[in-house]
Amino acid sequence: MRRRKFFTFISLFGISMTLMILILLTSFYEHIFGGKYPEVYRDRTLFATMIEEADTSNGNNAMRRGPMSLSYINKYVKTLETPEKVAFSSSPNTVNTYGNGKKLKLFFKYTDPVFWEITQFEFLEGKPFNQQTIDANEAVAVINNDTRDDYFGKGVSAIGKTIEINGQDLRVIGVVRGCPITRMMVSADVYMPYHLQKRDPANTQLNGEYMVMALAKSKADLPRIQAEYNDVVKRIPLPKDDFFKPQVLNASLKPYFESMAADTFFNNSDGSTRARFYLFAAAFALLFMSLPAINLVNINISRILERSSEIGIRKAFGASSRTLVWQFIIENVMLTIIGGIIALVLSGAFIAWFNQSDLIPYADLAINWKVAIIAFVLSVVFGLMSGVFPAWRMSKLPVVDALKG
Amino acid sequence: MLSLSQIEKIYRTDTVETLALNNISLEVAKGEFLSIMGPSGCGKSTLLNIMGLLDEPTSGQITIENQVIHGYSDKALSQFRNEKIGFIFQSYHLINDLPVLDNVELPLLYRKVSSKERRKLATEALEKVGLSNRMKHYPTQLSGGQKQRVAIARAIVGRPDLILADEPTGNLDSAMGHEIMEILEQLNTADRTTIVMVTHDEGMAKRTHRLVRLFDGALVSSNQFYTA
Repeated sequence: MRRRKFFTFISLFGISMTLMILILLTSFYEHIFGGKYPEVYRDRTLFATMIEEADTSNGNNAMRRGPMSLSYINKYVKTLETPEKVAFSSSPNTVNTYGNGKKLKLFFKYTDPVFWEITQFEFLEGKPFNQQTIDANEAVAVINNDTRDDYFGKGVSAIGKTIEINGQDLRVIGVVRGCPITRMMVSADVYMPYHLQKRDPANTQLNGEYMVMALAKSKADLPRIQAEYNDVVKRIPLPKDDFFKPQVLNASLKPYFESMAADTFFNNSDGSTRARFYLFAAAFALLFMSLPAINLVNINISRILERSSEIGIRKAFGASSRTLVWQFIIENVMLTIIGGIIALVLSGAFIAWFNQSDLIPYADLAINWKVAIIAFVLSVVFGLMSGVFPAWRMSKLPVVDALKG
Repeated sequence: MLSLSQIEKIYRTDTVETLALNNISLEVAKGEFLSIMGPSGCGKSTLLNIMGLLDEPTSGQITIENQVIHGYSDKALSQFRNEKIGFIFQSYHLINDLPVLDNVELPLLYRKVSSKERRKLATEALEKVGLSNRMKHYPTQLSGGQKQRVAIARAIVGRPDLILADEPTGNLDSAMGHEIMEILEQLNTADRTTIVMVTHDEGMAKRTHRLVRLFDGALVSSNQFYTA
């Protein structure tokens, strides 16, 4: 390996870059779709971000699509019997406010008290709001630690102090450790109880401003919840007016991945979204890895052809075909292992840098070891195939021909 | 030591059949220094390759040290070559990426020899050919004569009974060729190593015990100059 520095460099570069990119991609995927802080129960939670009313009669193609109203949620989702808990929160909105002498742009959410039970936010100070808060019509808020540091100053306790949001003075009753904005269902800078949202309570339409999370008692309950909800949805009367007469309501509770990705990439309703995505991702990864693999095969073949005279010499002086094949196997495996180690070190360094860079506040990327190991094993296999096959062919070559070069 | 009996070698392509060696029978005694001469393309190298078990005859029988070489596996053949035969090639065939010492150690890599012992034997072999001061050099840093001396060191490091030399002086000037010849003669007389040498140089051939001439794949004459 040391002898052919350029070849070694090209091989190592190909192996380590491919592995690194795969490791980073899966790490980002996990970051977005994996069940991480504070959504530790994500794997037994179902989500609904939107509903869709459609009118397809008489060649019409009209539809109304959006988050749900409070009345809809209270009537049709909160009343479901199979889920352990149902929580709702508004889609995040931004607001400008002034604190500590500077302008702050904050994301805020309205939620119900159950939100704090389904999520597992870590309270650095204070506590969440509860039903009594809502019944007593208290103007309170829970904020995250960055907002506390920005608004009240670093190291200052915020409990009992007032933060102004949308012209409303809110008493801070809790400070949570923040989570990255990629956790769309739960991430915000400021959380307020839903009774402070003035518009929606009067809204009698199905569409409104809220998204839903339904926690199952166990993963096995997920299909039962979906079935119960589908049954309810079928019987919901659809309000009609002069302009819009929907006959169909498309509404369902889905696992996180489907509820987030389905609408964006693969808009289909047959429930195979995740399978399709994984197929797509696996095909992509394979294609992605095949490029350096083919490259490696090429390099190895030309390198071994170049070494045919060496093979001839070694055979003349007593190396058997098997010994030579082993020599190539060891060379290739060593190379791949070194490439894998480089990839891990580089990925680790990148992730460490990214997590503290604040490009995504609260980012908590980590290496997915399962994928890293699979990718590593695959590259060893590619390395073996690309090195061993030509070496085996060469080792079978008559010595006389090999010596001629 | 070495016996060839009715050796035939035919090269076949789709359309042509070439008879490279025709019914060759030859005995080489232990300790003999034999030279083979003949015009280009007469089959000298083919004959030498068959003697060295680098190539198989189409028909005929090879016996080395009373062992008939037939039906050997790749592994057994490799081991046999490794223990019994040393090769010297016209174009040296050194591995340019390895330093001189590693090149000389090569045959010992395929035996159960400790690395310390390998080093010791290779150093001794290099001393024998007068190159102990070039051990750390790479082949590309050496002259043709020096390269051939490294190749001789490699051929003798495993103490084989038989050395096959394919035009060992062919690429060298006469002074260098003379030096190489002296080393081979020394090996033959001092160590009683059997040597078979292909050469184009009548003068070199006359320094060996016996000369056989090859023409169109057949043995045509044999001159005995000395006895082993």
